Amino acid sequence: MRLDRLGALLTAAGALALLTLPFVVFKANRIVPGDPRTLVQVLPAWAAFGCYALLLAVALIALAVGDARVRLVAALAGVVVVALAAAAAGNALTPPGNRVVRIAPGAAWWVLMVSLGLLATDAATRMRPGPALRVLSLVVSLAVAWLALAHGTFDHLSIMREYAVNAARFAHEAARHVSLAGGSLAAALAVGLPLGILCHRLPRLRGAVLGVLNVIQTIPAIALFGILMAPLALLAAAWPLAAALGIRGIGAAPAVVALFLYSLLPIVANTVAGLRRVSHTTVEAAHGMGMTSAQVLTGIELPLALPVILTGVRVVLVQNIGMVTVAALIGGGGLGTFVFQGIGQTAIDLVLLGAIPIVALAFSAAVLLDALAEVMDRAPQ
Amino acid sequence: MITIENLTKRYGATAVVDGVSMEIAGNSLTVIVGTSGSGKSTLLRMVNRLVEPSSGRVLIDGHDTRDEPAHLLRRRIGYAIQGHGLFPHRTVAENIATVPRLLGWDAGRIRARVEELLRAFQLDPAVYAGQLPHQLSGGQQQRVGVARALAVEPALLLMDEPFGALDPIIRAKAQEDLLEVRRRFGTTIVLVTHDMDEAFRLGDRVAVMSEGRVLQYDRPAVLLTRPADPFVSRMTGIAGRALRLLTLISAGEAAIPGAGDGPEVVASATLHDVLSELVWRGVDSVRVVDADGTPRGRLTVAAILARGRP
Repeated sequence: MRLDRLGALLTAAGALALLTLPFVVFKANRIVPGDPRTLVQVLPAWAAFGCYALLLAVALIALAVGDARVRLVAALAGVVVVALAAAAAGNALTPPGNRVVRIAPGAAWWVLMVSLGLLATDAATRMRPGPALRVLSLVVSLAVAWLALAHGTFDHLSIMREYAVNAARFAHEAARHVSLAGGSLAAALAVGLPLGILCHRLPRLRGAVLGVLNVIQTIPAIALFGILMAPLALLAAAWPLAAALGIRGIGAAPAVVALFLYSLLPIVANTVAGLRRVSHTTVEAAHGMGMTSAQVLTGIELPLALPVILTGVRVVLVQNIGMVTVAALIGGGGLGTFVFQGIGQTAIDLVLLGAIPIVALAFSAAVLLDALAEVMDRAPQ
Repeated sequence: MITIENLTKRYGATAVVDGVSMEIAGNSLTVIVGTSGSGKSTLLRMVNRLVEPSSGRVLIDGHDTRDEPAHLLRRRIGYAIQGHGLFPHRTVAENIATVPRLLGWDAGRIRARVEELLRAFQLDPAVYAGQLPHQLSGGQQQRVGVARALAVEPALLLMDEPFGALDPIIRAKAQEDLLEVRRRFGTTIVLVTHDMDEAFRLGDRVAVMSEGRVLQYDRPAVLLTRPADPFVSRMTGIAGRALRLLTLISAGEAAIPGAGDGPEVVASATLHDVLSELVWRGVDSVRVVDADGTPRGRLTVAAILARGRP
């Protein structure tokens, strides 16, 4: 029998965390430092030892079982149990009717969730699921998480307390987050695709365009927002129409423009790379058959370049979902609003209320676009 | 019939094709042969205007090729290239249907034509129509490439090193298939190659190109017996020229009257093959018969050797 190395590492991390770090933290209110509590302190003895027993079983499977399906099931069972244990701790520690105390997942809880998550990801990867199965798994996972949240399973945990306070704003900021990220992507596609095609046709343009876009990419986001403030403010002042459309020095306009500029490089570079991947012989044959240049572009070159272009779209979407967060600093809105409010109030739970959905969004976008790119790649090169 | 008049292509100061004039007869198989950089591919591509000439013109059946838009001209001319150029994201059937679709044929007619062509190239439609090019062998890909070029039965087929990527055995098969296509459809074929053996095997007439010029354009036998230029001699090979000449003559053509004795050879065999058979068997005469066994006369070593001289 061989010891699984990843399993050994994750088991060591989980065991160490469980033994030395708090499972949950009890805070009398949202900003005071909390009291650490271990699993046995917060759950009835049978439940706590049940958890330990299950985690021990998961650890043994992670160490010694090679079958990816068994490992996946064990890891997912671990995730569910650890999540439910925190929820149960929240229910047990919250005095009835009290809306001030905060029960936050502790360091051990996070380490366990990350370890089990890595174990599940590793097992899923070993099974090499096809694109359809990957999307299905994502949908099922999100549905389960949503059902648990809607059912109120985690309502006594600190993050959900923050959600309860901010529920009305949350939906609005989440929608804004998606529309800022998606809108800047759409604009980048509208400009980047034609620009990429042009760069492919005119090699001399390629160097200049990619050079400029590379330089833009190196400007820090905050600096770019700052750089854009003055021209956009001037634009709004000079053109009443621009102001009427909501273009101002701060707010969504500089955020979208900055994200658009960052998005151009991956779109243009991948369009060029995708078109270059199309064999010269194929294009020549297409012309030789009597296709017009437009027919060659839409019927041959773009379909063959599509998987590479979609990889660029994936990079942009994931990057934008992350960077929209910073837009909250200049009044752009989005889930970053909670992150920066939380930082301002030293309320880590509020930071997490913004950060966790952002991570989930980015992860979902990556899974969906990876699957799409794989489906579109009919012709392995 | 194709008439090429004083055709020139210049890139900057260098003329890649330099004042070429030639006439290509209908239903003929013309091979343009030359070293790389001789301008042979450029000359071919000026016929379907993938390359626009700097000066000169091309007439097909008396009509200047510049009288219609290039893409419409190309739909009437078959085009097959080295490495087949199949569209990797389209199935075999979709690839073959390319030009019929461009011409707006209805779906039923396209399907019928695709199946007919696949069968003509020994590819079972039920198996291959739905496959993607990368699922086929090299020889199958090449056949689909030629089938695609013939989809609308063009009167003219241009081929640019069509067999260059094939191994010798599949290549010989592909060459036979091409001769069969020509018999069957009566297509005028212009083929570019750097391989002199291929040129001699396939061509009714062979044009030898060097540095953008056609040095000689004639029947293969004339290239051997009366080379117009030392370069032509070098291309055709001085050492093997007598044997090469024998490959151009069939046993039926060279047979001398009389019953004769010795083993039978078919009239379609080349004198080169017959001589090889004589040497191998250690005899000095053979009987020539038709495919159905009818006697056509006899051949002797002396009679064969006499044909290997200019």
